[in-house]
Amino acid sequence: MIELKGICKTFKTAKRNAGFKEAAKALFKKEYSCIKALDHVSFSVSDGEMVGYIGPNGAGKSSTIKIMSGILVPDAGECVINGRIPWKDRINHVKEIGVVFGQRSQLWWDVPVVDSFELLKDIYKVSDQEFHKNKDVLTELLDLGEILRTPARLLSLGQRMRCEIAASLLHSPKILFLDEPTIGLDAVSKVAIRGFIKEMNKEKGTTVILTTHDMQDIEALTERILLIGKGRILLDGSLSELKKRNETYKKLTVDYAGKGVEPIPGLTIVNSVEGHAQMTVDTRILSVSSAISHISGQVDVTDLSVSGATAEEMVVALYKEFSI
Amino acid sequence: MKKYLSFFRIRFIYGLQYRAAAYAGVATQFAWGGMILLMFAAFYKNSANVFPMTFKELSSYIWLQQAFLALFMSWYFDNDIMSSIVNGNIAYELCRPIDLYLMWFLKNMAVRASRVVLRCAPILLVAFFLPEPFKMSLPNSLLEGALFLLSLVTGFIVLVAFSMLIYITMFYTISPVGIRVLAVSTLEFLTGAIIPLPFFPEGLKKVLLILPFGSMQNTPFLIYTGVLSGSEALQSIFLQVIWFLLLTFLGKRFMKHALAKTIVQGG
Repeated sequence: MIELKGICKTFKTAKRNAGFKEAAKALFKKEYSCIKALDHVSFSVSDGEMVGYIGPNGAGKSSTIKIMSGILVPDAGECVINGRIPWKDRINHVKEIGVVFGQRSQLWWDVPVVDSFELLKDIYKVSDQEFHKNKDVLTELLDLGEILRTPARLLSLGQRMRCEIAASLLHSPKILFLDEPTIGLDAVSKVAIRGFIKEMNKEKGTTVILTTHDMQDIEALTERILLIGKGRILLDGSLSELKKRNETYKKLTVDYAGKGVEPIPGLTIVNSVEGHAQMTVDTRILSVSSAISHISGQVDVTDLSVSGATAEEMVVALYKEFSI
Repeated sequence: MKKYLSFFRIRFIYGLQYRAAAYAGVATQFAWGGMILLMFAAFYKNSANVFPMTFKELSSYIWLQQAFLALFMSWYFDNDIMSSIVNGNIAYELCRPIDLYLMWFLKNMAVRASRVVLRCAPILLVAFFLPEPFKMSLPNSLLEGALFLLSLVTGFIVLVAFSMLIYITMFYTISPVGIRVLAVSTLEFLTGAIIPLPFFPEGLKKVLLILPFGSMQNTPFLIYTGVLSGSEALQSIFLQVIWFLLLTFLGKRFMKHALAKTIVQGG
């Protein structure tokens, strides 16, 4: 159980304009500006839930993760995770969580990955039996095999990230925080990691909170999303709810032979290049089926696909709606 | 406790693999120790009686200093620790159920100890077989030898406890270089790494001996050479223990304060 109530955090940053004169001035008088990274953030996540935490750059996602993992102390507010306040009872708290910071590495640079794992085993006091069981499962699911015996510095980004995730799960944490786990990965690795996270959540009931900019991650993994912008939680709901909000239009992609399609009320042509056109249908005015019959009445359709708004577009729409 | 031991073990083994560095280190230490002794020899030739130590004692002192350099070198700072503070990887270390102070303390000890293990034996061995005034001599008695070993360990941990304070100050600054340079040059001079403390002017010496600076390399080496003996030696070891406790207490408090204010930036 994770509960955040009215969490605030303000960062003070020194600011100055470019140039020698400004730099010299800053030696004597520094201008600070306060940035409200988190402004009364409240939400709760129950056990076994999988939550996608999204928001634009600098919205406060990582700060929230840092607070929840006990390495950042908020200015105000309450945060209770499994009955503990993370930054007050850090050592006991971190025993039960696993964290992956996509931008940093926890593996030892110049020793084989498996050595880092062994050290983590001792640090978390994992029993031999549990360690081997977890290691075997992780090796299989994340396809680690030979990678484990390679020094971390020789690994590619995707290989390393898979090892990072495995390293965070060796002690079977109840809660897993993933801060951009798929950053910079290729499609294959992304799919592997998503599949794995899903598996963990289903099999072991691990609570997962993940931040990402990749909407496919969200679509593939989470039912619930939290949208944060300028330090405030703007939306807390399910992905399908969000979809409903945006279901007022559909996208049609058409390949055709013929002269072209005339727009009618409710049907707008976004672009059309010789035999290929993209259109949107406003479903409040025109039903999809009548739009299709209108098109096929005018041209000879060779291919046609209908799609709703992608998660990406929905998020862009949300950002616009909240003007963040 | 097991996690700390296994951490120490891994770091120690890890340090042992740098053999080429060890050979180079041994050669450097010989050249350096030889030069210092020759310099002092010139002074002693002029008037041997005005100095606080006999040349024989000084020879032992210098060779011990060279052999155990890695234990007491104040200019050594662990790159891993410093870069983890500067680049924010400390975020991961903070997510572990470990006492960061103890972990870093052991890391420092392990690296220094592994270096000494590789270097001290050849230096000491050759030093014993050098010609007369320059050779290293045995301690006066078995008891003094034992006290030396004890004091070597306490002096070592006093130094590590002191350098921990320097690591922690890095939490408060953007670049670790400034404090490091200042601390290193001060420590080198005040702990007697450049000129043994007995050669210092009376007043300054008295102050330094009470301060932690006198409780690092000064105490064990002076016990070995017999400058400090009997109850004086015991008193100095007692003082070392006091400083160790005080410095670790301070370090832990300081670290707690630093971590409460730490903001891992970016990402």
